[in-house]
Amino acid sequence: MSTQPYRREGVTGRVLRFRFDGRDLEGLAGDTLASALLAGGVRAVATSVRLGRPRGVYAAGCEEPNAVVQIEEPFPEPMLTATTVELYDGLVATGLAGRGRLADRPDPARYDAVHAHCDVLVVGAGPAGIAAARVAARAGARVILADERPEPGGSLLGTTETVDGGPGRAWAAAEVDALAALPETRVLRRTTVIGHYDDNYIVAVERRTNHLGAAAPPGVARERVWRIRAKRVVLATGGHERFVAFAGNDLPGVMLAGAARTYVNQYGVLPGRRAVVFTTNDTAYAAALDLADAGIEIAAVADVRREPGRMWAARCAERGIEVLTGHVVTAAKGEGEVTGAEIAPRTGGRAREVAADLLLVSGGWTPVVHLFSQAGGTLRYDEGLGAFTPGETRQAAEAAGFAAGVTTLRACLADGAEAGRRALAALGFGAPGVTVPVVEEEPAAAPAEHLWLVESGDYGTHFVDLQRDVTVAEVLRATGAGLTSVEHVKRYTTAGTAHDQGKTSGQLTGGVVAHALGVDVAALGTTTFRAPYTPVSFAALAGRDRGPLHDPVRTTPMHEWHVARGALFENVGQWKRPWYYPGLGEDPGEDMEDAVLRECAAVREGAGAMDASTLGKIDVVGPDAGVFLDRLYTNMMSTLKVGSIRYGVMCRPDGMVFDDGTAIRLADDHYLVTTTTGNAAAVLDWMEEWLQTEWPDLRVRCTSVTEQWATVALAGPRSREVLAALAPGLAVGKDDFPFMTWRDAEVAGIDARVCRISFSGELAYEINVSSWHGLALWEAVMASGEVTPYGTETMHVLRAEKGYPIVGQDTDGTVTPQDLGMEWIVSKKKADFVGRRSYARADTSRPDRRHLVGLLPEDPGVLLPEGAHLVSVSAAASVPSSVASAALPAVPPVLPVPALGFVTSSYRSAALGRTFALALVSGGRGRVGERLYAPVGDDLVPVTVTSHVLYDPEGARRDG
Amino acid sequence: MLLIACPWCGPRDEAEFHYGGQAHVAHPDDPAALSDEEWARYLFFRDNPKGLFAERWSHAAGCRRWFNAVRDTATNEIHAVYRVGEPRPVNS
Amino acid sequence: MTADPVADSVAESAAGFVIGRRSPAAAYSDRFAAASAGGAIRLAEIPFLTHLNVRADPASPAAERIGTALGVPLPVEPGVVTEGGGLSVLWLGPDEWLVVGPDGAARELRERIRGAAAGEHVSVVDVSAQRTTLVVAGERARDVLAHGCALDLHPREFGPGRCAQTLLARTGVVLVAKEDGFWVLVRSSFAAYAAEWLLDAVVEYTAVECRG
Repeated sequence: MSTQPYRREGVTGRVLRFRFDGRDLEGLAGDTLASALLAGGVRAVATSVRLGRPRGVYAAGCEEPNAVVQIEEPFPEPMLTATTVELYDGLVATGLAGRGRLADRPDPARYDAVHAHCDVLVVGAGPAGIAAARVAARAGARVILADERPEPGGSLLGTTETVDGGPGRAWAAAEVDALAALPETRVLRRTTVIGHYDDNYIVAVERRTNHLGAAAPPGVARERVWRIRAKRVVLATGGHERFVAFAGNDLPGVMLAGAARTYVNQYGVLPGRRAVVFTTNDTAYAAALDLADAGIEIAAVADVRREPGRMWAARCAERGIEVLTGHVVTAAKGEGEVTGAEIAPRTGGRAREVAADLLLVSGGWTPVVHLFSQAGGTLRYDEGLGAFTPGETRQAAEAAGFAAGVTTLRACLADGAEAGRRALAALGFGAPGVTVPVVEEEPAAAPAEHLWLVESGDYGTHFVDLQRDVTVAEVLRATGAGLTSVEHVKRYTTAGTAHDQGKTSGQLTGGVVAHALGVDVAALGTTTFRAPYTPVSFAALAGRDRGPLHDPVRTTPMHEWHVARGALFENVGQWKRPWYYPGLGEDPGEDMEDAVLRECAAVREGAGAMDASTLGKIDVVGPDAGVFLDRLYTNMMSTLKVGSIRYGVMCRPDGMVFDDGTAIRLADDHYLVTTTTGNAAAVLDWMEEWLQTEWPDLRVRCTSVTEQWATVALAGPRSREVLAALAPGLAVGKDDFPFMTWRDAEVAGIDARVCRISFSGELAYEINVSSWHGLALWEAVMASGEVTPYGTETMHVLRAEKGYPIVGQDTDGTVTPQDLGMEWIVSKKKADFVGRRSYARADTSRPDRRHLVGLLPEDPGVLLPEGAHLVSVSAAASVPSSVASAALPAVPPVLPVPALGFVTSSYRSAALGRTFALALVSGGRGRVGERLYAPVGDDLVPVTVTSHVLYDPEGARRDG
Repeated sequence: MLLIACPWCGPRDEAEFHYGGQAHVAHPDDPAALSDEEWARYLFFRDNPKGLFAERWSHAAGCRRWFNAVRDTATNEIHAVYRVGEPRPVNS
Repeated sequence: MTADPVADSVAESAAGFVIGRRSPAAAYSDRFAAASAGGAIRLAEIPFLTHLNVRADPASPAAERIGTALGVPLPVEPGVVTEGGGLSVLWLGPDEWLVVGPDGAARELRERIRGAAAGEHVSVVDVSAQRTTLVVAGERARDVLAHGCALDLHPREFGPGRCAQTLLARTGVVLVAKEDGFWVLVRSSFAAYAAEWLLDAVVEYTAVECRG
């Protein structure tokens, strides 16, 4: 027996083997999975999601609501429509019940994205799209023609229509080949435009090797996201056929009439042996005749209208096909699949059952207006079509062909060519004299009659949305509950929300709602169309932005040294900064705690070096540079002497700390300021914003030099001797090179600028060299043998011991310099600076503002988690007694427990021999000595509030 | 993805720009002369119209210039762009 | 093979250039060469070019004098590069240019520009190490860049003599169209990312004949 019993006689091709639901089957090259399943006689392909009913292939394109499958091999992919999966050798798939399964292994395929630009983007390579593209392309415009199918032609693929005297399909292929050969035209096959956004920004997904299965070449992106910016867009997106709500309209064997025609003509597959056709319009007659010509017996045509198109009726009569006018199919009959159709006069009367294994339905055609609507276009109801067509749009876009409501092939070709001409005119191109292809005169169509549902006493199997299993009964329940908007009915019933986004059901649902409410379909309107038009794989959207390319990793010139020495890294913004260096001490198996204690001790007792290259650096030049910095920093920068350095804090106009850093004065009109690592770009933007928008009169220019310089922070009581050895020409004595000054010098033979500043309280230097020499400097410092490399964790501990805040860690945009205990940095002398006015606001002088304080856990071994909240004794007593310690006084609970603040930094200190923390605490400076509690898990950890400066408060160590 | 016409560089993708809020909100010349309420209005209050809105943008990934744009907040159409210091175009 | 790639590469650069100097994409030279072998694409770093950031009022006499001193005018039209005498001057903004010259020219060029400014308010900042220069050339260069650059790189829109500050993938770049390809000026800290991104983007044009 043939493996393809339903293959049309005489159709041959390369045989492809595949497996579906455990059955070995065969198809032909050019098949979709759906057409191959039909050829193999597989009727029930999937199971419905809610009711578990068997479902068969219903459509022949992306609008398919039923045949949802999972590909198992060569690589698992869920929720694909069998009608859009191109068949390949070795395909293994299963039918789904509305839900797929994600792969349990990483996808080895490559996915990428590309930007493209064009004068005219044509979406859809059907008759109108090809006509538009050929006009635009021949005028020399840059044209992109995108079509979702592997083969161009659109509606021509499924019909026997002729163009220019030959088969339409061959005409389309030849035209598109000719277009692809033009230098400025790009043809994208297998490419679905999924989104049409502002300013004609178009997103499309090209499926490049999916159809090759395991034979897909490695290195070639499987799917590609196209991001297209088009000057003009022609939407030649065609239409989708809709069905009618009648009993059992979901049985396998019920199929859209146009789809059946496509299976016969394009794929050479017979979707059944004996068919009943149920239609509201003329288009199903063409399907019936093509099926009859292919050898399918047409048992009857039930036409809801009294008067079908005369020529169609005549052709049916010629073939002996019975046409029952004024009749409807009241029910599809059969257990598990169609075995017959119950036909009755529309006005009532005796029903009769006609045996058939195929029941074709046409409820009319709905233009694909998704993209037009997504892009903000309005829609208007077309009485003739019983559907919405494009209205106005503010985009440089227009619909053409059936998408615009144009119905005949001849008119679609002419409309497409006109759309192409209009696009050219809008772009200022001269329109070439391109002839419109010749097609046969088509018979005048008789008007359709828009029947949405076949009335019945029981609407339980009158489906409107096959994929969501929504029936007319549920729509009536919604309208019965008082819902009068299609948007509400959609949300109440879920109709139109499935993976197919209601392509076949949206208009039908609207029609049924209008019928139920007794209102006009036109007045009811449609639900909103949103991208994506068809489902997109997350892998395609991710593209190459995954793994190491997911986000840029910024590295310093010394990065490879840190990697080679086993440093662990901390992410600071996009930077990788060495966090700590485990195993560089005597114990190779050292953990973080031991490594950081060792590094801290080295800096406090000897010398350590940290890669500080990530600090932001901005060159500020101009006669008004001092004035400018005075306005941006809270303290005075104009009085800084050339050769000196000053710490500064920058606030927003609301008075909250924005950034901090140092300013070094290089010349009267020249400063170099540093920023925190994370804020380098923001501070430069901030400076430019004030200079450009508020103070254009200031003669100041700013330039980022963050990466011009590599910086080694050298810290510790022995750092002076290390520097002296590296820079023999530099006078390093305490008085020769005082704190907060800088010197140009040669360090390790490299031109350097050495700044005597400290972020640890120890004697310390920052050595800056051109970043090309950063690694060489670092290696020279390390080659001294005296210096321990340390990372950001040690830097944090050391600065926290000194009570130096980190912007962004100890501040969060709600903290003033005064809150940080830094009144001294806020100038009283300057008339104004950014933020000054806000310090006179009532809110910034509230006594209960959160202050930066130190915390000492009463158990010196307990490390508080950063972020832990702090409560007072009385509030702590209000927690359940099961967790409160017995030491707490018995005070009645007061709920809610007021949070007094939270821990911002918490470390183990080698110098203090214990743990400590910094915290923002309400009225904190007035609470020094007070005991607070940090709820941590089920425990309340008692802590004592202290000054935030815990180490060397006199500053005795900074000169070494 | 809006296409925004930088007054210097021409049309570029929105991703190259930073948004800067309502335009023509000048920093007060003498903040100290303002009442708390007036200062709070400057700090915290901005218009939020449906329709045309003059707003600031910075071509952050390009020439780093701040400029103003008149955008229809209901449709996202940008009706005019103009440089800092230039008056808001009439009819936009 | 040595176990220490850092020591190895430092030794290499020491052999080729000034001792101890290392360019931001030095670690990628072999992989760039391998990716360039097929001919459709050429990737390379041009290390150590002189980059001077110049900011001045474009309408000032100083701007004119600087152009004269350089032998190349400071372009006033956005996105334009002027070239001559081994120098390229890139328009970065309405009052900002990048003067690109050969390795080692920074000090002399800076003095020349400062001299021409003659006390007018002009900033000249050596940013040679702030960015490095990557070359993306070959017949597929536009296709490679289009994977990450939203600009229209069509030769009519962005031909030789054009430059733009824009985004390439997720990093800012200065893109310059040259006669034989593009320069991608990328911040030094992003050089490794940009190099990895480019090496990834060329896969289809080097490993397998592209069907696009």
